[in-house]
Amino acid sequence: MVEKPKSASSARVITVTSGKGGVGKTTTTANLGVALARMNLKVVLIDADIGLRNLDIVMGLENRIVYDLVDVVEGRCKLRQAMIKHKQFPDLYLIPAAQTRDKTAVSPQDMINICNQLRPDYDYVIIDSPAGIERGFRNAVAPADEVLVVTNPEVSAVRDADRIVGLLEAENKGPGKLIINRLKPDMVKKGEMMSAEDVHEILAIKIIGIVPEDENVVPASNSGIPVTLNEGSRAGVAFRNIARRLNGEDVPFLPLDDNQGLFARISRFLSGGD
Amino acid sequence: MTSFIDRVFGRHHKGTGTMAKERLQVVLIHDRFNLPPEKMRAMKEEIMAVISKYVEIDRDSVDIALEQRDRNSSRIRAEIPFNPGKRVHDPDEDVPDFVTASNSEPRKDDT
Repeated sequence: MVEKPKSASSARVITVTSGKGGVGKTTTTANLGVALARMNLKVVLIDADIGLRNLDIVMGLENRIVYDLVDVVEGRCKLRQAMIKHKQFPDLYLIPAAQTRDKTAVSPQDMINICNQLRPDYDYVIIDSPAGIERGFRNAVAPADEVLVVTNPEVSAVRDADRIVGLLEAENKGPGKLIINRLKPDMVKKGEMMSAEDVHEILAIKIIGIVPEDENVVPASNSGIPVTLNEGSRAGVAFRNIARRLNGEDVPFLPLDDNQGLFARISRFLSGGD
Repeated sequence: MTSFIDRVFGRHHKGTGTMAKERLQVVLIHDRFNLPPEKMRAMKEEIMAVISKYVEIDRDSVDIALEQRDRNSSRIRAEIPFNPGKRVHDPDEDVPDFVTASNSEPRKDDT
């Protein structure tokens, strides 16, 4: 396929990955999509999992699926036909995952082709990677201009994130940027959870966001309304801040508790770290 | 937060957050270079075997470890004490000239 020349307003393709499952990739993808759309940007979200659909239900779009990613790849529909427009944000679209069990249905080149078709007309393409390090992960990062690595401050998640960081470097997609999700400041204060500083020291990549544990997140998925749209949610604020940072704004990190010292230390080392 | 028993035995309470960080730092060095403990053991045995061909080493005091300052700079640090007094006899080695030279004359205290 002949690549279209990139226009001046070519989309940034961003892949959200983690290694470990269940750390918040889909929640992050959905919320970043909505946050960017709220900023009047044109966004396409792609659920790159093969066989397990998640992004659609978290976004409340599960009843609107007609075509999916594999239909596009196998030529059963045009790309446009698989793009579900969001009810609230007309410039926010979702391309849902297929429910086939054939992991080879999509190739890295297919993903690159699809993203190249989207680049001229949108500001962001955000790809929700599956968990793991096999084909699905490679498909998801193949077209990426940048990669966001989501982790939790917990041993398995950080170990897997480290593996991902290494793989990204090997595939020339590094360094990724880190999102530390589900941090519980009270547990950190008691010494029962790794702090953002601890995770940053171990993984040694720049942090783009720290999202606190927030009981508003599950009700948000339950209702299909991403938590970013809940003004009272701290996780929502964190996701909106990540969107702003992606867009080039210098947004200070949320104070994780009322301890000014902790906040000041985090701000200082995070702005200096890379 | 230390329990009474902990205090009696002088054990300080190390938070599990710190434990997690320390354990991760150790395990990640092995993960990153595909040198899990079993491979490290095999490598250590081979290193000791090679060094043993040249000097007699003190196996129990050998320390071979991975160190990593940051993601891009890492090293294998090996401390291998050996006994400098004893030379390991290598049958393939030529006998040095000064040994054969002294054998051609009787030593003064041989009588």
